[in-house]
Amino acid sequence: MRIVVDLDLCQGHGVCESEAPGIFELGKGHTVTVLDPTPGDDRRAEVEAAVRFCPTAALQILEEE
Amino acid sequence: MTIAVERKEPPRVSGGEVENGHLEELRVDPIGLMRRVREECGDVGVFRLAGRDVVLATGADANEFFFRSPEEILDQAEAYPFMTPVFGEGVVFDASPERRREMLHNQALRDKFMRGHAATIATEVEQMVAGWDDEGEIDLLDWFAELTIYTSSACLVGKRFRAELDKRFAELYHDLEQGTDAIAYVDPYAPIESFRRRDAARVGLVELVQAIMERRAAEPPPADDDRDLLDVLMSISNEDGTPRFLADEVTGMFISMMFAGHHTTSGTAAWTLVELLRHPDEMAAVTTELGELYADGAEVSYQALRAMPRLEASIKEALRLHPPLILLLRVAKEDVECDGYLIREGQMVGASPAVSNRIPEDFPDPDDFVPERYLEPREEDRANPWTWIPFGAGRHRCVGATFAMMQLKAIFSVLMLDWEFELAQPADSYRNDHSKMVVQMQQPCRVRYRRKP
Repeated sequence: MRIVVDLDLCQGHGVCESEAPGIFELGKGHTVTVLDPTPGDDRRAEVEAAVRFCPTAALQILEEE
Repeated sequence: MTIAVERKEPPRVSGGEVENGHLEELRVDPIGLMRRVREECGDVGVFRLAGRDVVLATGADANEFFFRSPEEILDQAEAYPFMTPVFGEGVVFDASPERRREMLHNQALRDKFMRGHAATIATEVEQMVAGWDDEGEIDLLDWFAELTIYTSSACLVGKRFRAELDKRFAELYHDLEQGTDAIAYVDPYAPIESFRRRDAARVGLVELVQAIMERRAAEPPPADDDRDLLDVLMSISNEDGTPRFLADEVTGMFISMMFAGHHTTSGTAAWTLVELLRHPDEMAAVTTELGELYADGAEVSYQALRAMPRLEASIKEALRLHPPLILLLRVAKEDVECDGYLIREGQMVGASPAVSNRIPEDFPDPDDFVPERYLEPREEDRANPWTWIPFGAGRHRCVGATFAMMQLKAIFSVLMLDWEFELAQPADSYRNDHSKMVVQMQQPCRVRYRRKP
């Protein structure tokens, strides 16, 4: 999977950082930085939670072949 | 001779052939006007507001354009002239997206403060119901407007400040909110009664804050743990030692901090209760849910931050049907294209939660109260991020949305565990007053309460 963030929408709530620490981090500019855009399947549940609970729907998972 | 342009001018809605265009219609039946724009023009259509065009966007694509556009393209600061006399000159209605992000990170809305806020809100509700008899009647607008003055002042300014407020502050604040007649698009200082009351109310609020500041200045300083935002502001001096912030400016800051969360939360609480009373099955589901969550004596401060699917769904549905803001506005700073139409620099651009939230393709049975639409597998709020817009969307999305949901859950946790409610007037007689830009429930809007056996 590949994580895509839409920075037009990110307000820096930091929910993703709480759901999947180490994959998302709030930068100094108060929008998210994706530390690991292609995490392994062992992190899938956390990433899916981050996408689901993002208050501004700024995150997406793209499935790659 | 004209030069053909590729981008078309958006169509115009019928009516409005008078000096101020559709202003009168906007003051009497704004939702009817905006629905007609969509019916006659589609996703993009124009109405006239006091010498200006308002390009109204509805539907997912046009809304996405609206909510994604940066400040440099669609500016919010100029779009709400009716707010300047409420806040005072120099107090901005809305901060830039960058500033909003900072506010989110640095101030009272941070996640780590939420549990403390939930406890504060529960205490405020308990104090209000402590004055109730075993049964009686309340006016929903008066009651929730007063409650949310206390909750927002306690959470945003501090408990010390809240302790110095009483009903007078709520009543003056109400006059401010009522001073948002759309006539402000012609003249924000027009000689009308609601503007006179607005200006008198602002003076009255400054006097209350001034008195509090004088009292504090004469007292020994509070312990560090008790200091609130007012203490902090009062401690800041200019280089010559004079106070940096005077009562007028402090009051303007407090008014603006409380504004976004006041009538919005108050109205949503009132509508959630009315809709639950109109739909006894839903009320039973919510009551059962709360009963189970609190069966083991859990604290509201703990539960209000956790999932309450049935209550949340009912709140969301009240928000969809009765959004506290019915028209969001911006001003175009350059020529732009929206959905194939040309928007010209200087035109206003609007998005309407009241219209978009009821698009039948996205929300089947759009006029019905159906909380199930938020439960799996439907989840129509998630499925329609650009048309389920009670909190707006994108970069300008309400930064207080999480706080608001927590507050509403805390309020209903306290109210419904110990009290039963009943409509005190015909079910279809509850409605919103749309004569002002700040929408509030029209009075009378009374319900009866009774202590549970």
